[in-house]
Amino acid sequence: MTDTQRPVDAPSSTPHPVPSEVTATSAVFYPAGGTFGQKLRLLVGPLAVFGSVIGVWYLLSWRYLAPLLGRDGGADAAERLRNTLLPYPHDIVQESFLNGENLAELLGGLWLDIKLSFLGLAIAAVIGITGAVAMSQAKWIERSFYPYAVFVQTVPILALVPLIGLFFGFGFGARLLVVVIISLFPIITNTLFGLRSADRGLHDIFTLHGASRWTRFVKLQLPASIPAMMTGFQISAGLSVIGAIVGDFFFGRGERGLGNLIQFYVNRLQPEQLWGALAFSTLLGLFVFVMFGWLRTRLTAAWYEGSET
Amino acid sequence: MNTSAGSTLVFDAVGMVYPDGTEALEDISFTVSPGEFVTVVGPSGCGKSTLLKLASGLLTHTSGSLTVDRDRIGYVFQDATLLPWRTVQKNVELLAELHAIDPAERTRRAKEAIDLVDLTGFEGHHPKRLSGGMKMRVSLARSLTLDPSVFLFDEPFGALDEITRERLNDEVLDLFSLKRFAGLFITHSIYEAIYMSTRVLVMSARPGRVIAEFDVPFGFPRDEHFRFSPEFAELSGEVSEALRMSYA
Repeated sequence: MTDTQRPVDAPSSTPHPVPSEVTATSAVFYPAGGTFGQKLRLLVGPLAVFGSVIGVWYLLSWRYLAPLLGRDGGADAAERLRNTLLPYPHDIVQESFLNGENLAELLGGLWLDIKLSFLGLAIAAVIGITGAVAMSQAKWIERSFYPYAVFVQTVPILALVPLIGLFFGFGFGARLLVVVIISLFPIITNTLFGLRSADRGLHDIFTLHGASRWTRFVKLQLPASIPAMMTGFQISAGLSVIGAIVGDFFFGRGERGLGNLIQFYVNRLQPEQLWGALAFSTLLGLFVFVMFGWLRTRLTAAWYEGSET
Repeated sequence: MNTSAGSTLVFDAVGMVYPDGTEALEDISFTVSPGEFVTVVGPSGCGKSTLLKLASGLLTHTSGSLTVDRDRIGYVFQDATLLPWRTVQKNVELLAELHAIDPAERTRRAKEAIDLVDLTGFEGHHPKRLSGGMKMRVSLARSLTLDPSVFLFDEPFGALDEITRERLNDEVLDLFSLKRFAGLFITHSIYEAIYMSTRVLVMSARPGRVIAEFDVPFGFPRDEHFRFSPEFAELSGEVSEALRMSYA
């Protein structure tokens, strides 16, 4: 074999990277290769939808809600709020983002929720991964703990929040607990699934060559779990933002997060800022989702068959 | 047991019953010595793969006796079973790594094995970017790093197209001529069985027994001429006949 070079099925000497099939969505969130023009074309669809939504919004505000307001200036507070549910988008921008004082208030709330969701997610990751690893190594641990992991997931968080408030107060720690509870389960299940996803044949090879339990874990199970683990992170990242805001919202006191602010603006009939708070919380959720999607692609795209790019 | 003296792989009346009561193998006796390449054909589910699992120690037989030199064992599965997150180089180094061979030696062996299977230049590729045939060659190279004295093949090329399969057959035979290991090769294909081997075993349906044995008295290297020779055709007819009986 050394003397005869058989070109079997080997590609030519310059291997090409696998062409990436890119969907519009993934291209927006995770821009791949391609010329600037190609990237721009992929943005046309989402931008058109965005433009249309804003257009319809203006139409609704202008055609239906504004006249109602004008005709009945002396309406009571509740009615005034209903009429102003859809303020003009430029009013929202003006009131929430260009007014320094209001913006500072929103940013303060946003910052609290960023701290809550990131710290909560980090704690959930440590507990979740440790738990999943323990369960993957010993069946009895899984049998003992997994039902309670499901329990924590299925108990309505809305029912749990007031209890947590009663026991732990309404401070940062209590809110953190809400975040950890809400984001724990997807990390546990996905990591556990990932740790078990290694091919049977690969396990046989490790068995055949006398690998220790530790070697098998470090060289086989852990790397195999990365894609699923990252998916778990991505799901939990979105949930952690929801957890932070739900915590704020229901505690309704203490330091002001976006959740408190939302309640506050509803009570104070400040629809422009209400929409501003909604926008910030949505953007935070979107940001963590995209960030973990990017991280997952970064860690697994080179080798994982199921990865997007 | 004088006949088996010096044999690397000795099955003596080996039987295998799975814990669920399924009788997979019954009274299997044969030997493979260094420089012998034995192929096994038989109906699906006749316990061919079980044979290799017993030989490798992945499973333990329930009766008879089995002697294998397992210090340096090569085992190629139906799938390439590569670690997808490792490059070709790192995949080939895996077994040496599991046997705690020092990094410099490991790298050297991997380079040599990669060269033997003609994959030089692809060291940095991940399996994702390789064709099915190339993955199987990485799998071969991985086993070669241990310089196996016993080499087990479990229908390794069944999923490949015919041309790729024939070329890989030749590569394995080249390796065999070079290393003179004791080869045990499972296949569905009569032609592959004859082309590759010094001896063909035909197994019966479950529980698997060896019902026929054919010597393939032709030297190496073999090539297309052998594949299309009258002797090859005649032997194929005989093996085919025996295999048909096994289904009865």
